[in-house]
Amino acid sequence: MNRPTSEVQISNFKDFLVFMQNELKPKGKILTPFNLITGSIILLGGVLILYRFIMGLGSVVHNSSEYPWGIWIGFIVMVGVAFAGGAYVTAFIVYVLRGEQYHSIVRMAVLNGFLAYVFYAGAILLDLGRWWNIVNPLIGNRFGVNSVLFLVAWHFLLYMIAQAIEISPAFAEWLGLKKARKFLASLTLGAVIIGITLSTLHQSGLGALFLMAKWKIHPLWYTEFIPLLFFVSSIFAGLSVVIFIGTVSFRVFDKDRIDEEYRKSWDDIIIDLGKACAITMFVYFLLQVLILVHGKNWALLNTPMGYWYLTEMIGLLLFPAFLFSWGVKSGNPAPIRIAAVLTMIGVIINRVDFSIIAYKWYLPLSERYIPTFMEVVITLAIVFTMVWVFRWIVNRVPILRKPPQWAIEQEQAEMEGRAIALAPQLGLTMADGGRPIEQHKK
Amino acid sequence: MVIDRRSFLKGLGAGIAGVAAGSSLLPGKLEAGGTPEDKEFMGVLVDTTRCVGCRSCEMACAEANKLPIPDIGDASAFDKIRSTSETQLEVVNRFKTAKGEVFVKKQCMHCNQPGCVSACPVKAMEKQKEGPVTWDTNCMGCRYCMVSCPFDIPKFEHYGATPKLQKCNLCWERLKKGEKPACVEACPAEALTFGTRRGLIEEANTRIYKTPKEYVSHIYGEHEAGGTGYLYLSSVPFEQIGFRNDLGTTAYPEYTKGFLYSVPVILLLWPAFLSGVSAITKRKENVRSKEGGKL
Repeated sequence: MNRPTSEVQISNFKDFLVFMQNELKPKGKILTPFNLITGSIILLGGVLILYRFIMGLGSVVHNSSEYPWGIWIGFIVMVGVAFAGGAYVTAFIVYVLRGEQYHSIVRMAVLNGFLAYVFYAGAILLDLGRWWNIVNPLIGNRFGVNSVLFLVAWHFLLYMIAQAIEISPAFAEWLGLKKARKFLASLTLGAVIIGITLSTLHQSGLGALFLMAKWKIHPLWYTEFIPLLFFVSSIFAGLSVVIFIGTVSFRVFDKDRIDEEYRKSWDDIIIDLGKACAITMFVYFLLQVLILVHGKNWALLNTPMGYWYLTEMIGLLLFPAFLFSWGVKSGNPAPIRIAAVLTMIGVIINRVDFSIIAYKWYLPLSERYIPTFMEVVITLAIVFTMVWVFRWIVNRVPILRKPPQWAIEQEQAEMEGRAIALAPQLGLTMADGGRPIEQHKK
Repeated sequence: MVIDRRSFLKGLGAGIAGVAAGSSLLPGKLEAGGTPEDKEFMGVLVDTTRCVGCRSCEMACAEANKLPIPDIGDASAFDKIRSTSETQLEVVNRFKTAKGEVFVKKQCMHCNQPGCVSACPVKAMEKQKEGPVTWDTNCMGCRYCMVSCPFDIPKFEHYGATPKLQKCNLCWERLKKGEKPACVEACPAEALTFGTRRGLIEEANTRIYKTPKEYVSHIYGEHEAGGTGYLYLSSVPFEQIGFRNDLGTTAYPEYTKGFLYSVPVILLLWPAFLSGVSAITKRKENVRSKEGGKL
């Protein structure tokens, strides 16, 4: 088996090459059923993506001028961004509120958020009919400053950078770059604060995109408060995803990728996360009720779309919220896990409603948007590629295990307010190889 | 508190940067009433009581925009209510009403304050001084304009490597040369009148006053969605001939204004608030670690 990467010793470029060569090799079994299935979907999706760029959008997607946005925007981007919300919520808890007991999950949440943005921004590229112009709002081939989408695009980009900074110390630890880690870690708090601000704005901004689709969206969903609802729901959506990914990760990854202490504390963390979910979900439910009462849309509840709305609000919001509360009260993580999955389904449905299901709900089924097989395959391919990259990184970089000893000490020194003296022998960096730095210990 | 020159300049710089960043994100001034810079928007008055459904305008439109020429002799086109498409920037529909058959031309309404223009992240959609709402090739193809159009007009080409967004541009090129839009010129029944929006509203009101039995007392487009460049007269209530009567009189960009105005506020206040919270928790943490507690 490979050595844990925390013991890596790199003193020159040749060592680095050897190290990378070793790291690039797959870790773990290759021919597993999961790999075979997802691998073939990724391959097929890749071919279809090529086909889409050569033949045009209409050759792959359901060609409907009634529905400008299909599942690439309505599902991948809208749901993906909500699901990435765990990154800013967790970063807020750990770095701003300094909830040290949750430190073990922050990297997982931020890595997931970062990858989500990278891949879902990629999905936007697929969906743009004139994708080569994607740089226009950034380089100022006219700044559409009146546009919600303009703001969302900029916040997307900036938040991606902020997340990259937040996660970068983990990569520095992986590569044994001490000086770089120290510098990057010093940027974390700033990146987190800017990141939370940007998240607030573009989570709600995605909702604000629908404000001008006034009569196109069913009145049970359309409200001037869509931005607020999108923001609040991204909190529990993101936390539910953290619960889900954490639960899966602590089961599927090899023991030496996971810190035993982290794994043991996970069940306690789940319960606290469940509590946060329950609270935000009750708040969100109350908001929805207020909006419903205020909009005087009671009568619409007794229509087919009304039943769909109630399914979402009762079955996939209120019910999991109670499930979360029950798990918290009884100290049992099992109902919390189930509630997290239900909540995720609820958020998927909610986001898809805005651009697809409740969008032009009055059209007959024959004129409705139904994704093509190819659209679905490409969507799955994007999701699975993200899972693969996530796995690749967790298998190498300290995400679910503790940082190497030198990094912990670096942090300690920082916290005790002692400027870590970058003695020459340390300054020469990598030669040290991560041995405990005796001279800096008390 | 002593402010030395250095910290004063630093603060000043940050302040200016903040104000600049904030103001550049504020939405631009929306044009009120539709008459910016002394120039009046041009528009078209459609008198549906005069339209005979010959579809000459459809043909002229296709010719002017180099699109497939429709077979205007084919009466079956009226069997279904048609929508504009990427190959047909305008269509004439037939409605059977209590007052007989009514033909209605449908195309971009050229709103005074268009939803599509405020939606566009690259200003590919623009409201021109002359009145037309036009599209430009710096478009990314995000199709947010399609989501935001109250009349559901912009259509995106789905095929080909360099697809375009298609919509009526009121024959902007012709307008600049002092010519009328192709459809207006082609109309044999004088159902279409081209002129300044203000003049057209006067003309429409005159027709309603002179022959009140011919018309319902409503000019569609005078106030709908904040006012449009295309204006319609009808003998029957507008919802009977395919118009929405629930658009309201608010210009569509207004719906996102509240959100857009909140952006600079949050951008400036949120980091300050979060930094404050962080400072408090940091202090607590320092106290804890000084007391010899765990890290």
